[in-house]
Amino acid sequence: MLKRTSLYEEHVKLGGRIVDFGGWELPVQYTGVMDEHIACRTTAGLFDVSHMGEVHVEGAASEAFVNYLVTNDAAKLAINQALYTEMCNHQGGIVDDLLVYRRAKDRYFLVINASNTDKDFAHMLQIEKEFRQANPQASDLRISNESSNYTQIAIQGPLAEKITQKLTKVPLSSVKYYWFTEGALLGGIPAIIARTGYTGEDGFELYIPWNKGPEVWRALLEAGTPLGLKPVGLGARDTLRLEMKFPLYGHELSEQTNPFAAGVGWVVKLDKGDFVGKAAIIQGKQKGLPQQLVGLKLLDKGVPRQGYSVFSEDGKTQLGAITSGTLAPSLNQAIGIAYVAKNQAAIGTRLTVDIRGKKLAAEVIPTPFYKRPY
Amino acid sequence: MNYPANLKYTKEHEWAKIDGNVVTVGITDHAQSSLGDIVFAELPSVGRTLKKGDTFGVVESIKAVSDLYSPATGKVVEVNAAIGDEPGQLNKDPHGKAWMVKIELTDPASIKDLMDADSYSKYVASLK
Repeated sequence: MLKRTSLYEEHVKLGGRIVDFGGWELPVQYTGVMDEHIACRTTAGLFDVSHMGEVHVEGAASEAFVNYLVTNDAAKLAINQALYTEMCNHQGGIVDDLLVYRRAKDRYFLVINASNTDKDFAHMLQIEKEFRQANPQASDLRISNESSNYTQIAIQGPLAEKITQKLTKVPLSSVKYYWFTEGALLGGIPAIIARTGYTGEDGFELYIPWNKGPEVWRALLEAGTPLGLKPVGLGARDTLRLEMKFPLYGHELSEQTNPFAAGVGWVVKLDKGDFVGKAAIIQGKQKGLPQQLVGLKLLDKGVPRQGYSVFSEDGKTQLGAITSGTLAPSLNQAIGIAYVAKNQAAIGTRLTVDIRGKKLAAEVIPTPFYKRPY
Repeated sequence: MNYPANLKYTKEHEWAKIDGNVVTVGITDHAQSSLGDIVFAELPSVGRTLKKGDTFGVVESIKAVSDLYSPATGKVVEVNAAIGDEPGQLNKDPHGKAWMVKIELTDPASIKDLMDADSYSKYVASLK
């Protein structure tokens, strides 16, 4: 049985083309991937991301627990501040990537990938068991999967603040990047209003009670449509994140991936005390990681796709494989993300990509592929 | 959607316009609409021989790669190079300007079982 978000009927009314996305019925597009992508980059885009999972961690030991669970340093978060992090297994592989929001000294809010929600929560409960054994005094620690209680709407793009401000008295200009506030939308709907996102644009992610989804969605569309706001489906969500080289679980990240190979070593704080996977991550790093994640552009005509093999410039030596690829709508350029042998990962390195039996020329280029002009 | 009566159609959503022993081939409006924004097209070289059902190229939207299947057996005698430069034409005018290849028939029987516009419309409706 496929799951639906609180906004399913809205998507159908808007002409969204509904697909099965990891067990959820969600729109892949409304007017077209290109059109929606450009709207998000130039005005604003509205996304239903309610399929994402939300987990509450509460109690005096929540700081110590979250910090043991994830690789980044959640103890350093001020109240109302957020961070991006990986959550690893004991082998140092990535179970998922997530956002951690600190709502109070003893209250964290974790946002995980939809398709991983059940797996992630089971992992958290397992780690909780280990944590409790080592910290018997942590009796008031509470972890709960609250995914079905939240509608999550993202509004992203240069006009996101202007549009969202029409729904709330909370002064949004004072909410800085990777900070959030808790306030009312539409006069009384409680919301976590976070300046976070997955597009490379300015904008917000709004966490509201599940049943208030349609009301907030419609109000945002009403406020934003005259300014160019468009609903954006999963298709453009993927091209937007890809232009930023933001990793996606199942593409760039897996339970076998060392965070340092995936280019997310910056969220692994080896100096913060022990955490799940730490020893294995260090060991992997010391042994030398055979591959590294790079961004590349195709010099020949074609589109790299996940799974295509990457070879040396002369086409003789296989170096790795594409994890994500597309024609980048903002750049009108075919781009890809790939794991390649470490000695072929430098910017400017010429490679080839095997596309249907032809070895097409590509070059390692700096990322993010797209830089916003404001 | 409107499927011109002077074209024949395949279940793989190609159309074929038959002029004597030359068949002009493209993708249908249904195909372009299902694919969404088409960003890349790979077409065969002139001179390639094709059997009915052979893949003769691919079209790619932002999200997906789709094979193209020849509706006829014959030899490619002309290729619409403009499609390679401007694949978006396939979204704008799939039954007209955005034709893909012309095939000179070597087996006239190969086009016998193509659908007419009416059958194709019903076929597309049955997919929903």
